[in-house]
Amino acid sequence: MAAGAELNPTEYINHHLTFLAKPVGDGSFWTVHVDSVATAVILGVLGMGFLWWVVRGATSGVPNRRQAFVELAFDFIDEQVKGIFHHGDRNRFVAPAALTVFVWVLLMNAMDFLPVDIMARMLGALGLHEFRMVPTADVNTTFALALSVWLLMIYFSIAVKGLGGWIHELFCAPFGSNPLLWPANLLFNFIEYVSKPLSHSLRLFGNMYAGEIIFLLLWVWAATGLAGTVFGTVLGVGWAIFHILIVVLQAFIFMMLTVVYIALAHEHH
Amino acid sequence: MNINLTLFAQAATFALFIWFTVKFVWPPLLRAIEARQKTVADGLAAAEQGKRSLETSTRQADEAIKTARERSTDIVGQAEKRAAQMIEEAKNAAKDEGAREKAAARAEIEQEVQRARELLREQVAALAVAGAEKILRREIDARAHAELLEGIKRQL
Repeated sequence: MAAGAELNPTEYINHHLTFLAKPVGDGSFWTVHVDSVATAVILGVLGMGFLWWVVRGATSGVPNRRQAFVELAFDFIDEQVKGIFHHGDRNRFVAPAALTVFVWVLLMNAMDFLPVDIMARMLGALGLHEFRMVPTADVNTTFALALSVWLLMIYFSIAVKGLGGWIHELFCAPFGSNPLLWPANLLFNFIEYVSKPLSHSLRLFGNMYAGEIIFLLLWVWAATGLAGTVFGTVLGVGWAIFHILIVVLQAFIFMMLTVVYIALAHEHH
Repeated sequence: MNINLTLFAQAATFALFIWFTVKFVWPPLLRAIEARQKTVADGLAAAEQGKRSLETSTRQADEAIKTARERSTDIVGQAEKRAAQMIEEAKNAAKDEGAREKAAARAEIEQEVQRARELLREQVAALAVAGAEKILRREIDARAHAELLEGIKRQL
């Protein structure tokens, strides 16, 4: 595509789903998706940088529009966190972390709005023939976020209840502290600890990946002739509009789950 | 679906951004918002207090006006009474003065009358003596009959 060659649909889709992978060692693990990392870092720097830039000049008097906009996001996040997290000072970690997650994931999801083929042509002109614009459609990114939250969960569990308390809970909750129930409790907790990061990350990944694929399929259709172009365009617009909802909703869900998981880790059973 | 080093890179990035937000983004905005909330709360409290003190001072002013009105009514009443009294006194004084003057005048008139009567008597006595002298020029020695003449004069 980038080279101007004709591609069949399989090649087209495969091309758009190929990461800009840089091997940094032996074996398939020692590879970095430069596109995912670079996009994520750039978006994070832009998002957090914008917040920092606004917040640095924040006034406690009458805020300007920029500050009012940031405060809107702040209040929105703070309201959500306030409703879920009742285990101490949310301003110390949970609320700012939630803000980070929401803004960052939202920006990364929003990369799905960029028209893939125009971006591919522009990046191709820069010599980047394979570049995936949506970091959250890379399972590595969503797993990285979910596992970070998972580690935070375990950290807070131990920090709040102590190592002994945490282990006690692994064996004695949720069914009871009878030694006969220990295996059941442990199995339950194990499944919970495995399923939480899986569902957390795969929900976001699945949504963004599916969104990307549907766009690609529509563009494949759009390349098949006049009818395809018309329908592809109309449906593409429809899907893009619907996707605005998905992008924001998934960012919101990811943020909420982050807060919920961390709040649950603070709870004593 | 290939898990690779990207995961760790993204996790590190995530940690960095969380740290940045926790450290540099959230606290200043929180401070600003909390300061504003405090300002607003203080302002509302001050407004409430102002309203209350306005009510109090209005009540006090009303009371002061009421007191002043009562006092002024009292003062006016007293002044009227005093004025009436003064008029009464002046009237009495004038009446007394008039009476006194009338009495003095009457006494003076009385005196005048007395004096005129005395004068008249003397003149009549002189006239009678003169008449008697004319009649009895020779026979009566003024010196020898002075006692008699004096008695006549006193009788007149």
